[in-house]
Amino acid sequence: MPTVAPVDVDGFVVRVGFLKNCAYFASGEGGIVLSGSGEHTLQPHKAGLLAAVPARDGTALITSGDDGCIYLSGTDGTSELLAERPRKWIDLIASGPSGAVAFASGRTAWVRLADGREKEFAHERAVGGLAFAPKGMRLAVSRYDGATLWWAGTDGAPVELSWKGAHLGTSFSPDGKYLVTAMQENALHGWRLTDGQDMRMTGYPAKVKSFSWSVKGRYLATSGANAAILWPFFGKTGPMGQTPLQLGMRGDNLVSAVACHPREDVAAVGYQDGMVLMCRFEDNAEVLLRRPGKGPVSTLDWDADGTRLAFGTEAGEAGIVSLED
Amino acid sequence: MMSATQDARTQIPVTVLTGYLGAGKTTLLNRILTENHGQRYAVIVNEFGEVGIDNDLLVESDEEIFEMNNGCICCTVRGDLIRTVQNLMKRKGAFDAIIVETTGVADPAPVAQTFFMDDDVRASARLDAVVAVVDARHVLQRLEDTEEAEDQVAFADVILINKTDLVSPEELANVEARVRSINPYAVLHRSERCEIDIAKVLDRGAFDLDRILSLDPHFLEHGHHADECGPDCDHDHHDHAHGHDHGHGHHDHGHDHGHHHEGDPHSVKSISLRAGDINPDMFFPWINQVTQAQGPNILRLKGILAFKDDPQRYVIQGVHMIVEGDHQRDWKADEPRESRLVFIGRDLNWDVLKDSFQACVAE
Repeated sequence: MPTVAPVDVDGFVVRVGFLKNCAYFASGEGGIVLSGSGEHTLQPHKAGLLAAVPARDGTALITSGDDGCIYLSGTDGTSELLAERPRKWIDLIASGPSGAVAFASGRTAWVRLADGREKEFAHERAVGGLAFAPKGMRLAVSRYDGATLWWAGTDGAPVELSWKGAHLGTSFSPDGKYLVTAMQENALHGWRLTDGQDMRMTGYPAKVKSFSWSVKGRYLATSGANAAILWPFFGKTGPMGQTPLQLGMRGDNLVSAVACHPREDVAAVGYQDGMVLMCRFEDNAEVLLRRPGKGPVSTLDWDADGTRLAFGTEAGEAGIVSLED
Repeated sequence: MMSATQDARTQIPVTVLTGYLGAGKTTLLNRILTENHGQRYAVIVNEFGEVGIDNDLLVESDEEIFEMNNGCICCTVRGDLIRTVQNLMKRKGAFDAIIVETTGVADPAPVAQTFFMDDDVRASARLDAVVAVVDARHVLQRLEDTEEAEDQVAFADVILINKTDLVSPEELANVEARVRSINPYAVLHRSERCEIDIAKVLDRGAFDLDRILSLDPHFLEHGHHADECGPDCDHDHHDHAHGHDHGHGHHDHGHDHGHHHEGDPHSVKSISLRAGDINPDMFFPWINQVTQAQGPNILRLKGILAFKDDPQRYVIQGVHMIVEGDHQRDWKADEPRESRLVFIGRDLNWDVLKDSFQACVAE
């Protein structure tokens, strides 16, 4: 039986996950609770925390806030200021290879390389999301009317991908073949990067705010519907002409967060009422991981082995679900 | 689209400040922020500029108009506001209300529509009122020169006529008459250096269906209002102390407030329609059709409707193509069951609207 160990977090839980064996819980009020051997709270930002993402090597957490600062915090409780843009709200960050960090505010994105050098990438319209490609120093910036692919290490010309509308969160497929964006409209958009082929993934009743790639990138699991919607990305044409899997269907609730298991074809599915289910792709078998609570599940993530799941909600509830006794 | 409102108790109220450059928006904002009222505000400004307040919930936001679907004005929202409101909601306990200061040339519609069209924003915040600050000395010229200035006046729920000390009483009367001719339904206040009781600006509930009480043109809340309008104005002149639609019988049904400026290429008019009991099966298709077809020209609309055999008042309000409506309360015994609908907009054909509205009257 899965067991739930609650963790005290003050405020909207922006992001949870694991740095090696240490669980982290980043709150909108600015606190970062680290739960490994004992629990302690870091407070690097002056005020609120807007975004958090683990470093690529999984040893530290990168956070940004409404103080315009970007910090790298380790499990030893230290925080290092990586970059600062006074008076800007930095609400988008992405971690790249070799310690690179991308961040954005308004229409501008920056990349900070490990040696402290910074590069600026200006766009004509609002930046909606950032993602590094799985290989190479390549940054995707989703923006109004499409996305731009930059080489962050060199001065090469960017590749522009066009599709009308506001593109928000973005993600590369783990094999680097596809770039997917969530849109202001209730839809996903995708591009096959070899030939720029467009892909429309529609039918959502709400905006897609959470997505997660399954083992080997076979499926992209998404929130925004009454079930977790999983688009198949195997085969030559990806999701086009395919029917997505629908996991954990509930008539009266929308899925608000998803996290695919790191090893099995299983996904954790969080709902607006705070419930968390674990669903198997093959037969849609479900296991209840957490009962409904006070607010929508805002974030979910597994540890590297897939034996523990961290969760957080908009109402400041958080915890760790252990699948093993 | 027609939908009921969300639960107002859990939504953070949002006040939008509009007004042409130099009218006094920043002065009003500073006044709100420095006055000791116990409220904590998150403030979204276009430029830090002269906001003299150190507040970690003061955020600068570049206006980003997002076109949804086909690029019609009715389907535009402020993308930067969606983003900022979502960011603010990560610190929900840190403030009680949001104030949005727009640029001098901003069209208020996308700002307002953001609070109706984006589901996430709508779930967490509600538009309280659009407040326009106008400069008594320059507004007449601005209204001649620009459509934006007229939009701001037409769109407002509260209009602050500022810098009244810089004009003569006659000039002020002209300004007020002109403002009224564009928007007879807003609450007008006069001020010098934006000195005003903040309670008259904030927490107005102007988009709250429960607070649509009557659709009479509002008047200045101080001073003598009987002579505020021009001699050819046929407003319903009566005192608000009466509290309900009273004494309308001797007026013509429906009238057109735009008559001061017939032929003006960017002239906004208000249109008021009246009838008795309405057939809802006729009304809903009609209002949907009107707002679909003429949405771009309709800046604001409000209505109180008496549906046949329905003991409750039905109230609606709208912005361009967005219309929301709900049952409000029982008609009172001493209250005439009269249906009223007002539109503020451009190029609206009163005769066509009147005739088609009359066709919705219950048999």
